[in-house]
Amino acid sequence: MYRWLLCFRYLKTRYIALASIISVTLGVATLIVVNSVMSGFSTEMHERLHGLASDVMIECHATGGMPDPDAHLREIERICGPALVGSSVSVSVPAMLGIDFRGQQIGRHVNLIGLDPVTYDSVSDFGKYLLHPENQKSASFKLRDSGYAPDRKELAAAGWSHRRDRVSEERRIEKMVAQERQMMAELHRKANGQSEPSEQDEAAANAAKGPSFGPSFSQALMPGSDGQLKPSVDPMEDQFSGIILGISTCSVRHRDDDGQVQDHYYAQPGDDVRMMFPNAASETKVINQKFTVVDLYESGMSEYDSTFAFVRLDELQEARGMIDPETGVRSVTTIQLKLAEGTDLNAIRDALRDRFPPELYAYNIQTWRDLQGPLLSAVRLETTILNILLFLIIAVAGFGILATFFMIVVEKTRDIGTLKALGASGRGVSSIFMTYGLLLGFVGSGAGLIGGLVFVHYINDIAELLEMFTGQEVFDPTVYYFTEIPTIVHPFTLVWVMCGAVAIAVLASVLPAMRAARMHPVQALRFE
Amino acid sequence: MPTPIVLTARGLKKSYHKDRIDVPVLRGVDLDVRQGLVTALVGRSGSGKSTLMHLLATLDRPDEGEVFFRGNRIDNAPRVVRDRYRNHEIGIIFQFYHLLPELSAIENVLAPAMIGQSVWSYFKSRSENRRRAEAMLDRVGLLHRAKHRPCEMSGGEMQRVAIARALMTDPKLLLADEPTGNLDTETGQEILRLLADLKERDNLTILMITHDDEIAGSADVCWRMQDGLIHRESGVEETPAFATHAA
Repeated sequence: MYRWLLCFRYLKTRYIALASIISVTLGVATLIVVNSVMSGFSTEMHERLHGLASDVMIECHATGGMPDPDAHLREIERICGPALVGSSVSVSVPAMLGIDFRGQQIGRHVNLIGLDPVTYDSVSDFGKYLLHPENQKSASFKLRDSGYAPDRKELAAAGWSHRRDRVSEERRIEKMVAQERQMMAELHRKANGQSEPSEQDEAAANAAKGPSFGPSFSQALMPGSDGQLKPSVDPMEDQFSGIILGISTCSVRHRDDDGQVQDHYYAQPGDDVRMMFPNAASETKVINQKFTVVDLYESGMSEYDSTFAFVRLDELQEARGMIDPETGVRSVTTIQLKLAEGTDLNAIRDALRDRFPPELYAYNIQTWRDLQGPLLSAVRLETTILNILLFLIIAVAGFGILATFFMIVVEKTRDIGTLKALGASGRGVSSIFMTYGLLLGFVGSGAGLIGGLVFVHYINDIAELLEMFTGQEVFDPTVYYFTEIPTIVHPFTLVWVMCGAVAIAVLASVLPAMRAARMHPVQALRFE
Repeated sequence: MPTPIVLTARGLKKSYHKDRIDVPVLRGVDLDVRQGLVTALVGRSGSGKSTLMHLLATLDRPDEGEVFFRGNRIDNAPRVVRDRYRNHEIGIIFQFYHLLPELSAIENVLAPAMIGQSVWSYFKSRSENRRRAEAMLDRVGLLHRAKHRPCEMSGGEMQRVAIARALMTDPKLLLADEPTGNLDTETGQEILRLLADLKERDNLTILMITHDDEIAGSADVCWRMQDGLIHRESGVEETPAFATHAA
């Protein structure tokens, strides 16, 4: 009984001990914040990575792809059994994206993927990363009127209205140019005294009507360009095949003087772009085709956002000649599988590798973890190291408690003598200090727990506040593609951190408590 | 007719070691404390009277010799028995009071009860303990200061709280180590009157250590210590009663 009373009294009167526990408080708070942010980060990353990649991916490295995907799928179904819950086939080819931006040609290397939006969405997240709210519900390769990304002012006009504005503007310029050209020709003719009215008139008329699709794309410069431009297409009313571009393939992000993030789009929904990609023939040729941007894809993973472009699977198969003219069987390059929750992906992968051995097939079979292995393990390693470091900090705090407790034991020497004279046992006296350590551990780590949780709760406001005072961006959305710091608080982590901190406080009080227990009562009573 | 003997010491020897030299403090001390009497132990400082008291209170162990409490040897008893003996059978008061500064007067008085009982049994008899502590404080005339901390009290008051604490577990014997040594004469007299009153009205046995011959003279029995040896100066004659213990 007396030990509890004395502990509480010591707790209330010895502020030096409370000061020593502050380091435990800070350590615990930091541990909680770091763990929450790291787990928020890694969960977000896991979700994104896993969402972007299907559970298992079978890639065929042959340009022609794997023939008869249905037979493949039947075989895969046999191997996977009931674990297989979804599959999607797609065609993926390296390609060059050409954007006409104010008369300048911008070329980007991209990964052109032909997919079926419905089945693709069943194996990995696709639709939800599109900008248009309707496309997020069900992706379509038709250009929408408007309403792309309501929260982005740069894309306010994107859609049909942007397309019509652009086309009419181009036509106006074309007309102006044609008129000027005609005038110049007129002047030239008058000056030379020649007369070639019919030719000039025809040229002027052609120009006015205008090919108007990317007037700067010179046909001569595009090998393989085979007149995909159908003259019948009226760009005011029609679109080319739809393409969805990764957002970083056609935009740059930077900060203005006020530190606001700003995006600049080379192409936005409604614009036309050019895609150059190899066909599937044994003598590979480059196909050059025009597409209309119908949406942008923003996953937050810069690796994906800067390399992906999506078109319809059947169109890409047709364009690349991946359809057997006799049987009509279509080839694909990639099969993605979705497996039931909790399936051992590695086992499935190994089974598939046994069925399609790399010696015979040019297939690369990987799980999503294989694809993102280094990134995931880097995050895990970082979390582990941070935890170790922070626990070392708490351990250092433990030595602070040790020193403080030794001081208190020395200060309380006479009281210890008194207690022993009153019949307290050595164990009773030592338990005073052990209990004291326990209570201090609880108080310190409890305060740390509350502080840490409050910090985590308001972490974004705190980051903002810090930004205001220091002028230094704490969390840079241009780097992370998260607009907010993601946090997840795991109750298990809290318990674990609390137990660790309390254990360290108790351990630190063991030595001083033993010293108190061993104190000779007579010497203690005589202590001055 | 002499009263029965409560505490007996036989042939107690104790020496301190300093730089490999033995400094003898007690050189064979025999002592009897009889029930219901005030026994004074007088001697100059350094004569070994405090050491003797520590041995009698089992706070220290003799090099040689034996201590009996009501016929049972206690100097070599197990730790638990000695702890219980200090807590229950005797009360100790010190020259420097030795109150716990973090606790109020009443809590200091309650301390022996808290130490002697488990948390559970203390809680069960909480109100009883409290009544007893209040009664003890009342007995020493300090009930009105029950909530005060030691640092808010005078020396005399602190010593009276210490007496109340020593009486808390209803001991058979009160060991007082220079109870007036740190007080002015008048306050010292008050404390002595209180102790005499306790002896008269509650029939308490008191062993008091002092260097003051006057105080020693007022005791029922007086032993004098000199150079680690002891002899009786006045009081009850030795009776064969203790011979049984000695054997």
